[in-house]
Amino acid sequence: MSAQIDDEGRLRHFLTTEGVPRALLEDILDTAESFTGVIGKSVKKVPLLRGRTVINLFFESSTRTRTTFELAAKRLSADVLNVNVATTTTKGESLLDMLHNLEAMQADMFVVRHSESGTADYIADHLGEGVAVLNAGDGRHAHPTQAMLDAFTIRRHKGAFEPLRVAIVGDILHSRVARSQIHALNGLGTGEVRVIAPRTLLPRDIGELGVHVHHDLDEGLRDVDVVIMLRLQRERMQGALLPSEEEYFEHYGLTEARLAAAKPDAIVMHPGPINRGVEIDSDVADGPRSVILEQVTNGIAVRMAVMSMVIGARTESQREEA
Amino acid sequence: MRILIRGGRIIDPRSGMDRTGDLAVSDGHVAHCGDVPDTFAADEIFEAAGHIVCPGLIDLGARLGRPGPEHPDTIAGEAHAAAAGGITTLVCPPDTDPLIDAPPVAELIHRRAAEAGGARVLPVGALTRGLAGEQLAEMATLRAAGCPAVGDGGHPVADTLVLRRALAYAATFGLPAMITPLDPYLGTAGCAHEGAVATRLGLPGIPTAAETAGIARCLALAAEGEADVHFSHLSTAEALTLLRQARADGARVSADVTLAQLFFTEQDLTGYDARFNLRPPLRTLADREALRRAVATGDIGVICSGHHPLGGDAKDGPFATTSPGASGVDTFLPLLLRLVETEVLPLPEAIARATSGPASVLGLDTGTLAPGAPADICVFDPDAVWWCRRETLRSRGRNSPFLGWEMTGRVRYTLVDGRLVHRDDAATA
Repeated sequence: MSAQIDDEGRLRHFLTTEGVPRALLEDILDTAESFTGVIGKSVKKVPLLRGRTVINLFFESSTRTRTTFELAAKRLSADVLNVNVATTTTKGESLLDMLHNLEAMQADMFVVRHSESGTADYIADHLGEGVAVLNAGDGRHAHPTQAMLDAFTIRRHKGAFEPLRVAIVGDILHSRVARSQIHALNGLGTGEVRVIAPRTLLPRDIGELGVHVHHDLDEGLRDVDVVIMLRLQRERMQGALLPSEEEYFEHYGLTEARLAAAKPDAIVMHPGPINRGVEIDSDVADGPRSVILEQVTNGIAVRMAVMSMVIGARTESQREEA
Repeated sequence: MRILIRGGRIIDPRSGMDRTGDLAVSDGHVAHCGDVPDTFAADEIFEAAGHIVCPGLIDLGARLGRPGPEHPDTIAGEAHAAAAGGITTLVCPPDTDPLIDAPPVAELIHRRAAEAGGARVLPVGALTRGLAGEQLAEMATLRAAGCPAVGDGGHPVADTLVLRRALAYAATFGLPAMITPLDPYLGTAGCAHEGAVATRLGLPGIPTAAETAGIARCLALAAEGEADVHFSHLSTAEALTLLRQARADGARVSADVTLAQLFFTEQDLTGYDARFNLRPPLRTLADREALRRAVATGDIGVICSGHHPLGGDAKDGPFATTSPGASGVDTFLPLLLRLVETEVLPLPEAIARATSGPASVLGLDTGTLAPGAPADICVFDPDAVWWCRRETLRSRGRNSPFLGWEMTGRVRYTLVDGRLVHRDDAATA
């Protein structure tokens, strides 16, 4: 693994939630909590990243994630540059060239999204010491800030993680969100993490990541405190992974009736964007137990927390060296 | 030219010889092995005390890339790197550019290798035209042009009927078929062993079933005819079970394994190090241990280097976008010795896997020091130490999963057809 944590136990990059000590995960959540006050204020800025440059480097387009990273950086008073490279070539050589060029512009932080697993690690390995890398999603591998904002949302509603049962439902195979959630939730001491999916949408040996595997939605949702639905990409029908959206919804779509298996106070989450009528019924998505929009709001505070911690770790380590 | 190699430990697995003695070469052939009569008048004498004298190594799977007219140095460079590694024969699969599916390319490779004066290069002919899996290649003509075998060159024939006919046709002309043990559909999309590590890293997997399904299909076809099938580069324990069963049922089937499979596992992919992007993919510890046992028992009779030199930026980029493969000729011999050192198998057996083993798969008259055999000979210092680094690799491709390893074993003399093709006097005695 790349050294995302320095010798002092501070966060240098944020590439994955796997292997992050519980105290550090909780530190992220606590720091995010402290920023929710900032977001509520009329003047929504703190000067923690004043004079710093954050570059959003998105090789895959994503309006929502990019926007919340941008807002988070601006509320920390950073200068933000959005580089949309979704359409340019992503071959190794030009990728490295591009990175070195951007690095030469004195960037302090790269926020990276890429379709290939391991890209954030690769970039962190190939950049100089001065630049921090935040993984905003790499292939099927990881989307750590999404997982932390989900954990943050769960903690706000449920308090401690130990007594909780959390079910993640849907396309686990292709999901970086699910992988990061599993590591984050387990790292925070969650009582039981379940995944629910047809066998075609589960990666091999997923149980070794510390989850209970279910193929039946009713059984998997029984007595859970949190239901996390995953987005189903429509192209999954092409690869013979699923026969149709209708059959998928019939067996794995979340409706009010299916949700009855969960605890009465269970909350429903979704990383978005949602496919109404494919993985989730509108009544549930817009219903009283849905916290989907809250997740989006919390995303800003969590990203502010991670950005400030990463820059803080670097400032401290520079001070120590001086 | 008459050469005397004096005082070395002579190991010839085919004849079972392992003793200190002398070896005489005359007119390109081994004249005497073990005891040389006093009457033998040598033109040149190589002192081999403290060294091991064995048949030149035969690398049954060495990709050479682009031997075409616009890349005249490709073969020469690799043939010399191989010779420096004690390899006297490189067996090159047909997926070169241009493909070895017609006599002119096979002849070009022979000619270039002969001009280069390093290791000899044996081209494997394509099983199907253009390796497209649709029409048969002119196998008998390829044989006449110097191809000792035919193969799929890493591109499994998708159409089972075509594969059936290709195997039958190859058997007609006594050509062994070198088959990539891979289901044409299961094996194409991934870049890592399908298991917990790939799941963690989010890399698309190549399941164990890709190998077993590929093998089972081919064995079913081979059982009908008289085909000699050789499976290139096994990677799973399950494949070995199939192989043993087929042999018990009377199938004439052989297999090899690459050195990387005997040293690394899927765990080495943690961190996305592209040097470990290999085909077949590195699999589990249980697979590696089963493969090690199989080379010890002889169920796998051939170890090869898996040589696949790649250009400078082939390993740059996110893992799945990098090219699979690694250079292997430089580290072939030292890694065989490392297997001996780690007690996987005894030295004569390790040498057999890279000499008499591959020779018997292809029906070659090399791979032995028996009098009368072509004088393909390797003399090496088993104790000399060197470091595997980019700058110490002679192969054009500088990618190796073994970079940073300390290697023990250095080649002092390599002879092909009784001709000295490599000499390293710096190697200490």
